[in-house]
Amino acid sequence: MASSLIIGQYVPADSVVHKLDPRTKIMMIFTFVIIVFFANNAYSYLWLTVFSLSAAALTKVKPRFLLKGLKPVWFLIVFTFLLHLFVTREGDVLTTLLGFPVYSGALIQGFQISLRFFLLILVTSLLTLTTTPIEITDAIETLLHPLKKIKFPVHELALMMSISLRFIPTLMQETEKISKAQASRGVDFKTGPLKERIQAVVPLLVPLFVSAFKRAEELAMAMEARGYRGGEGRTRLRELEIVARDYVAIGLFLVVMVGLFYLRT
Amino acid sequence: MDISFKEVSHTYQPNSPFEYHALKDLSFHIQSGQFVAIVGHTGSGKSTLIQHLNGLLKPTSGEVKIGDYRLKADEKTANIKGLREKVGVVFQYPEHQLFEETIEKDIAFGPKNFGATDDEIKARLPKVLGAVNIDASLLNRSPFDLSGGQMRRVAIAGVLAMEPEVLVLDEPTAGLDPKGQQEVMDMFYRLHHEKGLTTILVTHSMEDALKYADHVIILEQGKKHLEGKPETIFVQKDRLKQVQLDVPEEIQFLMDLEARLGIKITYDKHSIDDLVKEIKAQLGGGR
Ligand SMILES: Nc1ncnc2c1ncn2[C@@H]1O[C@H](COP(=O)(O)OP(=O)(O)OP(=O)(O)O)[C@@H](O)[C@H]1O
Ligand SMILES: [Mg+2]
Repeated sequence: MASSLIIGQYVPADSVVHKLDPRTKIMMIFTFVIIVFFANNAYSYLWLTVFSLSAAALTKVKPRFLLKGLKPVWFLIVFTFLLHLFVTREGDVLTTLLGFPVYSGALIQGFQISLRFFLLILVTSLLTLTTTPIEITDAIETLLHPLKKIKFPVHELALMMSISLRFIPTLMQETEKISKAQASRGVDFKTGPLKERIQAVVPLLVPLFVSAFKRAEELAMAMEARGYRGGEGRTRLRELEIVARDYVAIGLFLVVMVGLFYLRT
Repeated sequence: MDISFKEVSHTYQPNSPFEYHALKDLSFHIQSGQFVAIVGHTGSGKSTLIQHLNGLLKPTSGEVKIGDYRLKADEKTANIKGLREKVGVVFQYPEHQLFEETIEKDIAFGPKNFGATDDEIKARLPKVLGAVNIDASLLNRSPFDLSGGQMRRVAIAGVLAMEPEVLVLDEPTAGLDPKGQQEVMDMFYRLHHEKGLTTILVTHSMEDALKYADHVIILEQGKKHLEGKPETIFVQKDRLKQVQLDVPEEIQFLMDLEARLGIKITYDKHSIDDLVKEIKAQLGGGR
């Protein structure tokens, strides 16, 4: 269920990673996503794995929770591995599995690709685990600020993002509430033929849309009543600030990058 | 149907940083035909408790029995739909569950899902409309054109039309005007007696609990704080204070009366007129 998916869920804790400036985190993770693709041998992969696991450990989020939260993507990781195992034809034939020859190159490549996949998902989920949605949108707004020059609606985009992020949990709660109410009235969402299950969604969707529209209207009204008139001349309650801690993190990250390029072949 | 909870605990999102123990080792028994009020501070677990009554939630440990149905962790409950047909639940703000094009269709939605025929539903309509005081001329209107209070009544009618044996009410009058509150509660009370229902009412109103219930369960942080007859529960001012609950107005009045004038009356579901008579008698007799 929704509760087992942690991508996008913030877990409050008192850790260095939580305290880092969101811009630092976003830039680092963005760069990581790119440099992962430069790893090409056992040492470079090991290096990145050590980095990712240390970063995960620093967040103070329980490992068990992290692994459980990645449950929905385990399937993809395993699937990627198997796909490579059976499709790639490089190196020597090691053995045959279910009538297919398994090549040594396939084993190595399958392992590398799924490890890469795992690292990508682990590290990106660390961002949302340790950063509140508000911080993320604030950071994106400041990072995109230069685009204002070419009339890109940065503030509006950030506002839309923060409103959507703010209302995702509300919508999920509402969905749960309404589906429970309809289940009490005899709707069966889980079993039965496909056609009936699709029909069962109507009693769920209609009330959801009705309340979402109502909520949007109320929000717009409340914002207007409190004098909201766009981003022009608007100051911030929380100013983002790059401090010593962020420079240290960036320094360490540069070491990781240099190390990677030293280790790869 | 008899309902019993045996050492029931419920934990939301177990084994995560958001783990929350909403019910802890809760045991009680409700006899068929009783009117039970469940009261407690916000967040004490009332809504969690009632979701166990029709299998929307399962205990994470312990056992719930409703008639012949049994809910237990790691055990698939047989015929959960049958259970939901017998236990009608009116949720907090039930008007949020309306969705059909017309009021008539929305009321018919529940019974239809449980296999009632169109004729049966037609026969039930006038009764439930009468009960919730909605005019039959509105039947072909969209439920979204109604006022909040009317929507609430239609939603309640949708549950009543299922003709459940157990009626579970989660703050059914929250947000209604005072007259509407009284009407709706009186309607539930009347139905309870006419149809011999087992009624479980979650409420923040001590007055309602005192007036309608013959058994009261007070929850505090997922545990049972007090349980018993309303007349004996609601005079324990200190115990109620511990969990931020007040003594009902009637009882407070009688307590003041005793403190100031020395008149001692034990509350026994008196109407206002009866109380006046009794006070007069005591005042007259005392002189
Ligand atoms: N789906 C959920 N996931 C996690 N925690 C929950 C969930 N639903 C309820 N809780 C928590 O369980 C506790 C009890 O909630 P519950 O809704 O049973 O309270 P209640 O007694 O009905 O309160 P109220 O009087 O405000 O309706 C609350 O602290 C709530 O935060
Ligand atoms: Mg509640």
